[in-house]
Amino acid sequence: MGEPRLIEISPVTRVEGHGKVTIHLNRDNEVDEARLHIVEFRGFERFIRGRLMWEVPVIVQRLCGICPVSHHLAAAKAMDMIAGVDQLPPTAEKMRRLMHYGQVMQSHVLHFFHLAAPDLLFGFGAPAAKRNIFEVLKEQPELGKRAVLMRKFGQEIIEATAGKKVHGTGAIPGGINRNLSIEQRDHFLKTIDEMEAWALDALNLARDYTLEHEDLIAEFGTFPSNYMSLVREDDGALDLYHGNLRAVRSDGGAIFDQLPYPKYHEVLIEDVRSWSYMKFPFIKELGPEAGWYRVGPLARMNTASHIDTPLANKAHQDLKAVTGGSPNNSTLANHWARMIEVLHCVEKIRDLLNDPDLQGTDLVAKGDRRDEGVGVIEAPRGNLIHHYRVDEHDQVTYCNLIVSTTHNNEGMNRAVKDVAVKHLSGKEEITEGMLNHVEVAIRAYDPCLSCATHALGQMPLQVELFDADGTLVDRQAQCM
Amino acid sequence: MSGTEKETGFTFTIDGVEVTAHAGQTIMEAADEAGVYIPRLCDHEGLRHQGGCRVCTVKAGGRSVAACTQPAAPGQAVENETPHLSKLRRDLVEMLFHEGNHLCPICEASGNCELQAMAYRLEMVEPTKFPYLEPCRALDASHPDIALDTNRCISCGRCIRASQDVDGKGVFGYVGRGIHRRVAVNGENLAHTDAKVTDHAISEEVCPVGCIIRKRVGFVTPIGEREFDKGLIGHEIEEKRHD
Repeated sequence: MGEPRLIEISPVTRVEGHGKVTIHLNRDNEVDEARLHIVEFRGFERFIRGRLMWEVPVIVQRLCGICPVSHHLAAAKAMDMIAGVDQLPPTAEKMRRLMHYGQVMQSHVLHFFHLAAPDLLFGFGAPAAKRNIFEVLKEQPELGKRAVLMRKFGQEIIEATAGKKVHGTGAIPGGINRNLSIEQRDHFLKTIDEMEAWALDALNLARDYTLEHEDLIAEFGTFPSNYMSLVREDDGALDLYHGNLRAVRSDGGAIFDQLPYPKYHEVLIEDVRSWSYMKFPFIKELGPEAGWYRVGPLARMNTASHIDTPLANKAHQDLKAVTGGSPNNSTLANHWARMIEVLHCVEKIRDLLNDPDLQGTDLVAKGDRRDEGVGVIEAPRGNLIHHYRVDEHDQVTYCNLIVSTTHNNEGMNRAVKDVAVKHLSGKEEITEGMLNHVEVAIRAYDPCLSCATHALGQMPLQVELFDADGTLVDRQAQCM
Repeated sequence: MSGTEKETGFTFTIDGVEVTAHAGQTIMEAADEAGVYIPRLCDHEGLRHQGGCRVCTVKAGGRSVAACTQPAAPGQAVENETPHLSKLRRDLVEMLFHEGNHLCPICEASGNCELQAMAYRLEMVEPTKFPYLEPCRALDASHPDIALDTNRCISCGRCIRASQDVDGKGVFGYVGRGIHRRVAVNGENLAHTDAKVTDHAISEEVCPVGCIIRKRVGFVTPIGEREFDKGLIGHEIEEKRHD
C-alpha cells in the first residue's frame, strides 16, 4: 500500500486559456477526487461597470481572442434591447449572422484540426512531441492545408463584417455599421463550393472516427446529463444566433422549452465553489445535484428538433440515429457534432451571400430606451449569456456573464473524474500518456478557460507528485 | 491670399525644400500651404495658436521653436523631419501615453484619434521608456448628450479655446499647476455647464483624442472608413505637395 498522492496537470494544454487538473490518489492508488480548476480571474463583470453602453460590445469581446465575435454579438444583442430595438433591419441581422457563422466555422475548425486532431490521429497516448498541428501537417499535409484555409475563410468573413479578423467593431446598438460589398460577396462565392466539400470531408472524418471507436467512446467520459441551448422560435430548429431557450433531460424529455432568454435567471442559478474561479450553474427546479447541464455542439444536436440546411440536417439525423433519437451522452461525440455545425455554417454562409439584403443600406433601428438588456447567443463552445443594466447616463451598473465553459463546468469536472478513474486508478506509475487522456476529455468541450489567446509553445505541462504530508516528491515538466 | 500679400511674400526652406510665405505667417502655416507636414497636436485650424504640446518643435536658426507660433522669416533654414527631431517628438507622444489611460483597443476614437495616429506616424512601436502614471479619473456622463473621459485627455486645450473663442462660452478650463494641470469643466460636472452637443468645442474635429464623447455615436464608422484608415496623419497636407 503506497502513500496518497496528489497529481497536478498544470496548465491543461491545447485549450484556450489556463487551467489545471488535480487528481487525488489514495493509498490504494484509487482516484478519490479529480477536478478541473480555473485559476485565472478575469473580472470583466466588475470593470465594465461605469463604461458607456455602446462601448460594451467592443470592450467585452476582449474576453477572448478565439471567439470574440460571440461576446461582441451577445453584448450587442443586450444593447439592442436597452436601445429599445426588438427587430433589427434585415441587413443588420443578416450581417451579424454572417459574422457569427464565419466565427463558428473558424473556431470549430481551429479546435478540430489544430487542437483535437493530434489526439484523434496519433492516439491519446502518443508521444507528446507528436501531438501537435505541425505533426498533422507533416503526416497529412492536405488535411493540414485545408485546416488552415478553412479557418482563413471564416476569419475573412469576420473581417468583411466587423472590419478586422479579431476584435472588430461591426455590431452597434440597434444594428451594424457596414454592409457587404458586391466585390466582397463575389470573393467569398468563388471558394464556397470548395469550403462545402472540405466541410463534408471533415464531417466524414469525425463521424467515421466516432463510429470506428465506438467502444472507446462509450466508456470515455460518457454519462447522462441535461442539455441546454437556444433553439429557433416556433419550430425548435438549430439556431446559432437567436431563438428561445430549450433544456432537455438525458432521456430527451423537456425541462423547459421556448423560454424567452431574458428570463434565463428564472430557470438558471449559479453555484460557487471555493476551489475554482468559475461558477457552477444549474437548473433551479432540479437543484444543484440533478440540475447541472451541458452546452455546446453536442448539446445543440441533442436539443435541436432539426437543422434548416439540408446537408447538416442529414448529418444531424445520422448522429441522432446512433442513439435512436435520444440525446447522445458521449463527450467525444462533440467532435462529430462540431463538424456538423461547420457544414451548417458553410451552408448558411452560402445562403446569406446570395441574399441581396446584405447590400442593403438600412443598417440601424431606433427604439425607446430601456434600462436592462439580455443578449444570448450560441457561441462555438455553447450557450453564452450577457446581462446588463444601464443607468440614465448610459453607464453600465450591472453585468452578469455566463459563458459556455461555465455552463459546462460540472460536465467537464465529471468527465475529468470519469476518465481519471478509468485510466489512472490502480496504477503505480502514472505516465504522461495517461494524463493526456484526462486532457482529451477536457479538450472535447473545447473550453475557453480565460477567453484569451496564449502562446502555445510556452505552456509547459507540469506534473507534481506529493506525499501524504503534502511534500513534493517529484516534478516533471515538459513543453507542449 | 490677396495680390498685395503675395507681393510681400518671401521664401525660406524646410528640410531644403523652398517654401513661400508672407508676412505674419507662422512656419507651420507656410508649411501647410506648401504641402509640408509638421506634426502637431495642440494646434488646430480655426483656433488660436498655443504652442503647448511642443510636438511641432522644429529647428530654426539653430534654435528649437514651436512651428505653430514661430513666425516664418526670409531665408531661414528650418529643420523638420530629422532623426533628432523625430525622436524628440516620439518621446513627447510617448509621455502623453504614459500620463493618461489610453486604451486604444476599446476606445471609440480609435482610427480617428490624432494621438494614436501621431504614434503611428512617429513609429512609436511600443511605449517602454517611461513608467505609466495610471491616473484614476472618473468618467463624467452626467450630460444627456455628451460624456467626458479625461483618462484620455492630453491637455491640448483645443476644447478650451474652441469654447471660449468660437462658442463664446467657458465650458472648459485648466485647473492645477505643473504636472497636476488638467482640463476640467467649469461646474460640478458637464450637466452643470451650458455645453451643447452642437458646440464647436464638442465637435468631432476639436478633441484630438477620445476624451470628449458625443453620446450614442461610438463605433458607427466602420473600420476602413475612419480618418486615419485613409492614410498617415498629415497625409491631406502632404497630398497638396504631390498634386
